[in-house]
Amino acid sequence: MEFKSISQLKSLLDENKISVKEIAETYIKKINENKDLNIFIYFNEDKIHDQVKETENLSNDNVLKGIPIAVKDLFCTKNMPTTAASKILENFKPTYESFVTQKLIDQGSIFVGKTNLDEFAMGSATNTSFFGNTINPLSKNNNPLAPGGSSGGSAAAVAADLCLGATGTDTGGSIRQPASFCGVVGIKPTYGLCSRWGIAAFASSLDQAGVFSKNVTDSSILLEVIAGHDQRDSTSSNVKIPSFSKNLNSDLRGKVIGIPKEYTVDGISDEINQVWEDAIKSLEKKGAKIKHISLPHTKYALPTYYIIAPAEASSNLARYDGVKYGYRAENPKSLDEMYELTRSEGFGKEVKRRILIGTYVLSAGYYDAYYLKAQKVRKLIANDFIEVFSDCDFILTPTAPSAAFSLNEKQDDPIKMYLNDVFTVPASLAGIPGISIPYGHDKEGLPLGIQLLGKHYNEQEIFNAAFALEKDYE
Amino acid sequence: MSNLIKGKKHDWETVIGLEIHAQVKSNSKLFSSSSTTFGSKPNSQVSLVDAAMPGMLPVINKYCIEQAIKTGIGLNAKINNYSIFDRKNYFYADLPQGYQISQYKHPIVGEGKVTIDFKDGSSKDIRIVRLHLEQDAGKSLHDQNPTKTYVDLNRSGVALMEIVSEPDIRNADEAGLYINKIRSILMYLDTCDGNMQEGSLRADVNISVRKPGDDYGTRCEIKNLNSIKFIKQAINYEVKRQIEVLEEGGVIEQNTLLFNTSTGKTRPMRSKEEAHDYRYFPDPDLLPLVIGQSEIENLKNEIPELPDDRKKRYINEYNLSNYDASVLTSDKSVSDFFDSVIKVDSRLKKSSKIVVNWITSELFSLLNENDLEINNSPITPENLGKLVKLIIDDVISGKIAKDVLLEMFKTKKDPDKIIEDKGLKQVTDTSLIETIVDDVIDENHKMVDQYLLGKDKLLGFFVGQAMKKSKGKANPKILNEILKEKLSKKN
Repeated sequence: MEFKSISQLKSLLDENKISVKEIAETYIKKINENKDLNIFIYFNEDKIHDQVKETENLSNDNVLKGIPIAVKDLFCTKNMPTTAASKILENFKPTYESFVTQKLIDQGSIFVGKTNLDEFAMGSATNTSFFGNTINPLSKNNNPLAPGGSSGGSAAAVAADLCLGATGTDTGGSIRQPASFCGVVGIKPTYGLCSRWGIAAFASSLDQAGVFSKNVTDSSILLEVIAGHDQRDSTSSNVKIPSFSKNLNSDLRGKVIGIPKEYTVDGISDEINQVWEDAIKSLEKKGAKIKHISLPHTKYALPTYYIIAPAEASSNLARYDGVKYGYRAENPKSLDEMYELTRSEGFGKEVKRRILIGTYVLSAGYYDAYYLKAQKVRKLIANDFIEVFSDCDFILTPTAPSAAFSLNEKQDDPIKMYLNDVFTVPASLAGIPGISIPYGHDKEGLPLGIQLLGKHYNEQEIFNAAFALEKDYE
Repeated sequence: MSNLIKGKKHDWETVIGLEIHAQVKSNSKLFSSSSTTFGSKPNSQVSLVDAAMPGMLPVINKYCIEQAIKTGIGLNAKINNYSIFDRKNYFYADLPQGYQISQYKHPIVGEGKVTIDFKDGSSKDIRIVRLHLEQDAGKSLHDQNPTKTYVDLNRSGVALMEIVSEPDIRNADEAGLYINKIRSILMYLDTCDGNMQEGSLRADVNISVRKPGDDYGTRCEIKNLNSIKFIKQAINYEVKRQIEVLEEGGVIEQNTLLFNTSTGKTRPMRSKEEAHDYRYFPDPDLLPLVIGQSEIENLKNEIPELPDDRKKRYINEYNLSNYDASVLTSDKSVSDFFDSVIKVDSRLKKSSKIVVNWITSELFSLLNENDLEINNSPITPENLGKLVKLIIDDVISGKIAKDVLLEMFKTKKDPDKIIEDKGLKQVTDTSLIETIVDDVIDENHKMVDQYLLGKDKLLGFFVGQAMKKSKGKANPKILNEILKEKLSKKN
C-alpha cells in the first residue's frame, strides 16, 4: 500500500477509511522490508504501537494525526535514544523533547524511528555515521549510491516511502542536498524560524531545522507545525507564521526570478545546466520575469563556511567529554587522558578533522586571519543577497553540482566532498530560506534537484514557486 | 605616606591591580532558571542547561543584567549600550559546556572609579577598567573518595561580575581598603551579598614591583583569594619574594600563583595552566546585548544612597570626621543602624559623636564577644537611642549606662524599664544628696581636716564615698558642687 502524501492520507483517516493503527502497521512492514538500506539508527515496533495508543483517540483536528514521521537522530527525543550518529552518544537517552519534535507530537504524528545522518551532521553523504552508511533507495544495479547528507537517512526514508515526512537539519545544505539526491522535497527555512532547542548543535549560527516530504504541499504543512518562537532559544525569531499550505499559489505573474551568474561553475554536467534551463523556461511560461543577477562574493562562501562551521563546532562539541553522559574511555590515568581517550575513541574521523580545523582557526594568532575575516566575508555574502532581493523575488539555482554519487566515491577526499555544498552554503551563511525540489533526471535516470532561495522569512514565496514548478511533473 | 619599600640595595614600589569576582545576587543563574541558594545538596540545583546536555541553549537572565548595570552605576562607570557574550574555551571536569560564557572584548560596563579613605583623613581614587558578566564553574571535590573526583554543578552557571581595577593600588592596606569599598558598594546596591566566606566575593591579585620611576615590572597573578586577611598576607609575601629575586639578579617570570593559607606562601599553579589558549569567540547561541539609554536611566532611579553620599551626609549633618564617617558607612548594616538610632530623638543629632561611640565601641564589643552581627543585635536601634538620650539628659551616668546596656543585651528590655526596675535613676534631688554629703563629712573628720589644710586631692575620696552611699546614682555634677560648698563652710 502506498500513500501519495500527507494530505491524501489525512483525508483517508478523516473519512474513516483507514485507522491510525493500520497506517502504523503499513509503515512498520515497509521499514522491516528495507532494513538493508540502513536508514534508521533507532527503530522499535513497540514504541510505534505505544504512540498509536496515545494518538488513536485524538481529535482529527490534529493536522498530523497518525502521520508517520521519521526524525533525524540529531533531535533529542524523550521516548527514543538520541545518538547524533556518534559513538560518543551511543545509548544516550534524553529526558527532554526537542521543540520541533514536540510540535510534531502535539499534532498527533507518529515517529517511526530515528534516522541516520553524518556524525553530528558533519558530512555530505551520510557516510561518517558511527552506525554505517545509509544507502540511497534509488540505487540500481549493485551500485549503492549515497543519499547525500547530512540528513541522508531522513531524505532516504521519504524516498523509500518509509514515512510521509521527516525532520532534518541544514547547516550548509544538509537538507537541500540529500533532498536533491533522493528526489524528494526539502526545505531549510530562514535561520531562527524553528527553534534549535533540543537539537544537538553543530554550528549554532547556521544550524536550522527543516523538513522533507514527497511534495511541496506536505512540506508547507509540516513547516507550519514546527515553526514558531521559542523563548528557550535566544536566536529564535518572534515572527508570525503564515499558513503556508493554505496560501499556496502557483500564479507567478509579475514575480521576478534572479538567476545568479556565479552559480555556473566548471565541472557541472550539461544535464544539470539543462534542468536549470528547463526550470527557468517553465517559470517564464508561468508569468515570471527572468533577471540575471550577480552575487559577487559567492566564490568565498565555501571557504568561509569551512572556517565558521568548524570553529563553532569545535566549541559546541567540547561538552562531549566523558564526564557527564555518553561514552567514557575506560581506565584513564588522569583527567587529561580521560579527555584524550574519550574523544579520540568517541568521535569519528570527519568530526575530529573539523574540531581540529575549528580549534586552529580560533587560536591566538590565527583568529584575525581566519575566523574574524570569515565573519566579515559572511557579512558581504549576506549583503549580496539583500542587494539582489531589492529587485527580485526569489533566486533559482541547481541544488547540488551532481546527482547522487556512488557510495565509494569521494570517501578519502574531504575537499571534493565539501564541494558538494557549493550551491547550498551561501544561503546558509546569509540565513535565508531555501527549498530543493526534484526537477528532471540525469541520463542514468537519477533525480536532479533545483533550489529556490527567498528573502528572510519569505518561505511562502519559494513554496509558491516550488509549487508551480512541481506541477510540471504531475 | 610613602609607599616605598626598602630593599637591601634600593627602594621598591609595589604595583597592584585587582580582579574581583562578585556573585550577582539573584535567585536564578545567568543563563538558566536554576536556583542559586548556597549550601544546597550537591547537584540539586542543576538544569539541563547547567549540565550542558545536548541541544540545550543559554537564555540571558534579565535580572542579572540589571544587577550588573546597577553595579556599574555604583562604580561611577560607563554602561555600554552594546556588549557581547563570548565563549572562553577550556576543558575541566567542573566546566560542563567545555567553555565558560564570559565577556571579552565588549564588556557590559566600562571605565569607572572608586574612592578609598585613609585614617589620616586623606583619600585616593582607584580606577576601574571594566566590569563584565560571566558564568561560574561547578566545583570539583577531590577529597570525597581516594580514587575519584566528584563534581557538584550547583554553582555551575551562577552569574559573576568580574570587576577589574587599573594597577593603581600600591600596598596591601590599599588593596584591603579597595576590596572593602567595592564590597560595601555592592552591598548597598544589593547586587552581591558580599559574603567572602561563602565565596560570593573573591579576588585575583596582580602584583609587580619596580624601582620608582621605572616602567611596570613583570607581574604575577595570585588566584582566588577569599578573605581580606589572606589578600594582605599574600601581597606582602609576594612583594618580598619578588624584591628578593630581583635584588639577587634574578628575573620575575609571569606566572599564575596560588596562596597557601597555612604556610602563608605563594606557589606557581601547574605549568600546563600557562599554555591555555582560550580561543575566545562570540557565543553564537546569544545575540549581542543591547541596552537602551532609557533602561539605564530607569535603573539610575533605583540606585539607593551609596556609601560616598552617605559619608558626605554624615560629615555635613552630624559633623563627623571623614574617617569616622567612612568607617561607619563602610558597612551598610552598621550605617543603617546608626541612622535608625539618630532618628529616635531629634536631640541625638547634636550628640552624634556619642552615638557613634556607643555603637562602635560599647555595642560592637558586646556583639564581638557573642559572635553576633549587627543585624542580629538583641539591642534595637530604638533602645540604644533611648539609652543615649538618658545619658545626655543626665538621667543616668555613663558608667551606669554600661551596666544598663549589658542588661539590655541580655534581656532585650527597654532601658527605661531597666533603670525603673533596678532604681538606677540618677539622684538629682539636692536635699537627698545634701544628706549623703553631711553623712560623709560626719564620718570622716580626719580627712576633712586634712582637706581643709590643703590636701585638695581628697575631694575625690569624698566623691567616691558619697557615690558609694548613693549606689552610684548621685549626679556627679551636683554632688561635686554640694561637697565643695559644704566643705568650704567647715572652714
